[in-house]
Amino acid sequence: MTLLDQFQLFLKTQGWPEWAYYSVPAIVAILIIIIAVLSVVIVFIWWERRLISRFQIRLGPNRCGPEGLFQPVATAVKILLKEDIVPAAADKIIHFIAPITVFVPILMIFAVVPFDAGAILVDLNVGIIYVIAISSISVIGIFMAAWASGNKYSFISGVRSIAQMVSYEIPVVLSIVGIALVTGSFAMNKIVEAQSPIPFILLQPLGFLIFFLGSLAEMNRSPFDLLEADSEIVAGYHIEYSGMKFAMFYLGEYGVALAYAGVITTLFLSGWQGPFLPGIIWFLVKVMLVFSVIVWIRSTLPRFRVDQLMAFAWKVMLPMAVINLILIAVEVLLIPASLQWVAMILNFGFAAVLILLWSKIYSLGGGRVEV
Amino acid sequence: MSMQTEPFYLNIGPQHPSTHGVFRLRVQLDGEVVTDVDPIVGYLHRGIEKLAETRTYTQIIPLTDRLDYLASMTDNVAYCHAVEKLAGIKVPERAEYIRIILSELMRINSHMMAVGFFLNDCGAFFTPVLYMWREREKTLDIFDMVCGQRLLYNYMRVGGVSQDVPEDFLPAVKKFVAEMPRYIGEYNQLIKENEIFLARSKGVGILPRQTAIDIGASGPVLRASGVKWDVRKQDPYSLYERFDFEVPTGDTGDCYDRYWVRIQEMQQSLRIIEQALAQMPDKGPICADVPQFFRPPKGEAYGYIEAPKGNLGFYIVSDGSIAPYRLHIYPPTLINITALKDMVVGWKVADLIIIFGSMDVVLGEIDR
Repeated sequence: MTLLDQFQLFLKTQGWPEWAYYSVPAIVAILIIIIAVLSVVIVFIWWERRLISRFQIRLGPNRCGPEGLFQPVATAVKILLKEDIVPAAADKIIHFIAPITVFVPILMIFAVVPFDAGAILVDLNVGIIYVIAISSISVIGIFMAAWASGNKYSFISGVRSIAQMVSYEIPVVLSIVGIALVTGSFAMNKIVEAQSPIPFILLQPLGFLIFFLGSLAEMNRSPFDLLEADSEIVAGYHIEYSGMKFAMFYLGEYGVALAYAGVITTLFLSGWQGPFLPGIIWFLVKVMLVFSVIVWIRSTLPRFRVDQLMAFAWKVMLPMAVINLILIAVEVLLIPASLQWVAMILNFGFAAVLILLWSKIYSLGGGRVEV
Repeated sequence: MSMQTEPFYLNIGPQHPSTHGVFRLRVQLDGEVVTDVDPIVGYLHRGIEKLAETRTYTQIIPLTDRLDYLASMTDNVAYCHAVEKLAGIKVPERAEYIRIILSELMRINSHMMAVGFFLNDCGAFFTPVLYMWREREKTLDIFDMVCGQRLLYNYMRVGGVSQDVPEDFLPAVKKFVAEMPRYIGEYNQLIKENEIFLARSKGVGILPRQTAIDIGASGPVLRASGVKWDVRKQDPYSLYERFDFEVPTGDTGDCYDRYWVRIQEMQQSLRIIEQALAQMPDKGPICADVPQFFRPPKGEAYGYIEAPKGNLGFYIVSDGSIAPYRLHIYPPTLINITALKDMVVGWKVADLIIIFGSMDVVLGEIDR
């Protein structure tokens, strides 16, 4: 029984007509989620700037408001006041639709993210599959933006985006199947509840690594940020965007970071569960933690090259994900649920062996083409 | 059935985050693979060689600052060295030591920027640059101390330096030399073994030894290709034969070697500074007796030194007046990037950017 269901039930007992007691709570919940997401995104932008400044031994924005907390607001106002430029070579309609196509699916992910016990908009029985399906739509938006801009840099970015997103989706999905095998369900709430003694990050460390790296690639974060590689293709697909349309991409970038941080929290860090504090606080703390790691990686690592990126997906992550899946399937068959800690130790061993093995037999590099 | 295809041309620059100035590369692409590259220079041309013909010999020194603006001090030294060679002026010993200390600090400074921005081109989002910047600031403080400037120094004069160093100069340099090895260790710890960095730079953009010699490359680019050639050793100018230092070389001439040669050269420069500090006389003239309107004898001279980016030369023709008849600059980076096409063809766009970054170009010097 989610909070939404309780609200609807309450209105029903008050004698509201059917269309009203069904739709009013839903609209209220959607508004709450959109406002909450946008405010957390603002905090994320501030947090990334401050944190990355710390990694780079500088201060970062600290003038506008306490500790520079209002700097993202100033940025947002600045972006909104910018002129909206559409290039002459652009396909005007697609150029207009593309930012919306990127941004809306990202908001839709939050429909199935459980923020607290019962605080979930729709507890779909295929929740995690829904996340994967919906987040793939953003790729189309990115390619639309890249193609419609009529710019050669954004064209390169668009071609890269399809290759990257499609490749990384496969290991990500395979690592999710591992969780589904243990949980016996795709529903987000069930997955959270299944992690009450041991979170899945400990039970399936390799699955977590694959999912985390894959989701870094899905959200175009360093070291997989080839779509907007600023030192190579300047800004990639959003090079020809300004004003509100650019703001959609910008918010979308952090929105997808928030969404994936929430999904990682749900799938591997036992979601809203935790001692003493209320669930929503635990959820936000874990989301911030995941996002901080993402920022840490961004400020530390150089970028992959495009062929290395593909090789990493197909030659490292995909075989590892398949082996991980087989191992977990065997464990689910052989080890009873009460002995989960045995599986945990085994999986840590397997993860270490596999990573060492791959680092020996496979190395990135090469890449020259005879022309 | 054959598909009809046409080459994809991409203009990288003149306004692009990774061209280190206003450089333009007209790149022909096949997918992501570079099949041809056509460097187009001249966006920063200021006619320094022509301007020099209407200025006195001292007035040219600020112009040389604007060549390689990340290593102005060595530009000054190179020009003054050429004029001194032309007029046969003997530089006082104390001035020579000041020049050597400042040149080597400049080399460390320039190499830090080169390595930092090279990493930035690899996509490391400014963290290496800002770490390098922290130590670069310290060298800038030292330059600020001696001449009041932080970028364009105008400190050297024909026959010596413009003013004596202040009292706190030597302690500051000693402190820097003592601290710096720890920071270089930190860079190595952060960068050298990074798996992605190795994958991106090892074996990428190889400049073969013979090609490097054929095009007349110099500096770290030449030495990374395995040629042990350094003006400070081969044709010692100033007092360089008094110092004990090594010339680091690479094996293959790839981007990683160019990075690693620069890091090692920073260590060698620190050794030179240490020895120079020990040998430097406490007192003495800091400039030879050169008149304000200095008229060198008729003739011509070519003076060249080992600047951070390579063999920087000035060719001066004097007609006996207060201004040179002709001044020609031999810019190392322009010579080095002539090998760019050989190095990038067959690599990806991303490699083109880092190969170009590993050459350590400064457009002020290329376009003059």
